[in-house]
Amino acid sequence: MTRKLPAITADSAPFWQGGESGQLQIHKCAACNRYFHPPAPICPSCCSREVAPQPVSGKGKVLSFTINHQAWRPDLDVPYVVAIVELPEQTGLRFVTNIVGLPPEAVRIDMPVRVRFEQQEDVWLPVFEKDE
Amino acid sequence: MAPRVREGRVMFDRIFEKDVAISGVGQSAVGRPLARSGMQLTLDACLEAIADAGLTRDDIDGVACWPGDNNNGDAFSPVGPNALIGTLGLKVNWYGGGYEGPGPLAGVINGAMAIAAGLCRHVLVFRTITEASRRQVDKNAGALTNKTVGRDSSFFWQWYTPFNVLSAINLMALYTQRHFHEYGTTPEQLAQIALTCRANAALNPKAIYRTPLSMDDYLSSRMISTPLRLLDCDVHCDASTAIILSRADAAKDGPNRPIRIEAMGAALHQPWSWDQIDLTATAARDVGEMMWARTDLKPSDVGSAQLYDGFSILTMLWLEGLKLCPRGESGRYVEGGQRIARNGELPINTNGGQLSGGRTHGLGYVHEACSQLWGRAGDRQVKPHNVSVVAAGGGPLGGSLLLVRE
Repeated sequence: MTRKLPAITADSAPFWQGGESGQLQIHKCAACNRYFHPPAPICPSCCSREVAPQPVSGKGKVLSFTINHQAWRPDLDVPYVVAIVELPEQTGLRFVTNIVGLPPEAVRIDMPVRVRFEQQEDVWLPVFEKDE
Repeated sequence: MAPRVREGRVMFDRIFEKDVAISGVGQSAVGRPLARSGMQLTLDACLEAIADAGLTRDDIDGVACWPGDNNNGDAFSPVGPNALIGTLGLKVNWYGGGYEGPGPLAGVINGAMAIAAGLCRHVLVFRTITEASRRQVDKNAGALTNKTVGRDSSFFWQWYTPFNVLSAINLMALYTQRHFHEYGTTPEQLAQIALTCRANAALNPKAIYRTPLSMDDYLSSRMISTPLRLLDCDVHCDASTAIILSRADAAKDGPNRPIRIEAMGAALHQPWSWDQIDLTATAARDVGEMMWARTDLKPSDVGSAQLYDGFSILTMLWLEGLKLCPRGESGRYVEGGQRIARNGELPINTNGGQLSGGRTHGLGYVHEACSQLWGRAGDRQVKPHNVSVVAAGGGPLGGSLLLVRE
């Protein structure tokens, strides 16, 4: 299924294209050492501009999820799982993604997951699969 | 009034909204769809509201609207202040309308500020929506894929649409699932929002869905995005709603007992984001804290509540955010439906809300709150009371009004 792709900007490129080298890249502040998402040119915690993408482990856990059954577009393969995954690097560090590679009804909150990249054009979408 | 402290900071040493009152309301027909244009519906609502306040168009010196003319293919808001001012021949000292702000009540909040700032005496606030007509033509008009051509560069949707979050329901479902997980909330508890709204809608001739609804009907309704079902979603309609805000001293001259804005909430102390906020508190918590910090009234003083139900979970989050029940307890609070029924301790969404009454999107709740406070609600009138709360929005969007009938 063809996905709606995001605009790539100087700020967002590391997140969307880190997968090209197999790495999930999350912005981190050098001044206060905190990660943050979505990526931006300033740290929301301390206002330092010393921010840059950093590779993270690619591990995570499911914070919440939903099985979408509605075909919002005719070419959409349903059902599929939309989730919020929290990364182990920092409490609260999280983003919306998909859980793939297992039956939707098998997904659980707190399930350990690991990143996998789905390439479409110049975007490597960070989706997650169960971490066995 | 002594300065009020919130989160350790002194704030709110001037509660200006107390000098603002609702003096009249109006609403067009509500239908799915209606053979009337957005402007026709807008005029129906606005002219009725002006007359209800005992005013003429010459008295109206301000116009407010959320989200203004905002029509990216889905008929979400086909008429804004710019179009209305000339059409209705108004002469205004201030007008405003735009999407960014504290949710669907932002027009009321902005209008109240314009009055308090001394710019206006009578502000016409309106909200028009023709989503039902639009969906007759394109069933998927609301899908996010239709909203951006090419790459998604929207400030927030760009983080969601690539993962096929193509409707807000997916985000609401994430909140719901987390609420179920953290607090043990059940589908049967959530169902009570839909069941309550449908029971109330049966007594509202304008409501879209009026046939009785049972728990079995709810539980067997189509799953859209787990755990949210079709009956957890509001119903599109064509409608326009208008209210007149007046300076409190000017409102006293009108035919209706003024309904004062006792306090407003418009806060956001978290990122403007659907996934970076507290998933089970959302902006509702910030809004509620602000509103209660601006009044001596307490949640126990509230006689009825009109709480946004674009999706049923949002009503639950508003119950908690406005401290009408403890955090995490909304499931148990609504269980069985007795507390929130028309004859219960806290009647909610007394016209059927948006789930059954129709997605008038914001001002419909204010219209209903005033109808109840004025004793004009006919068959659906609840026990007499003087204090009502209205809240609208979901996720990072949120605003609230505490209304007191003089």
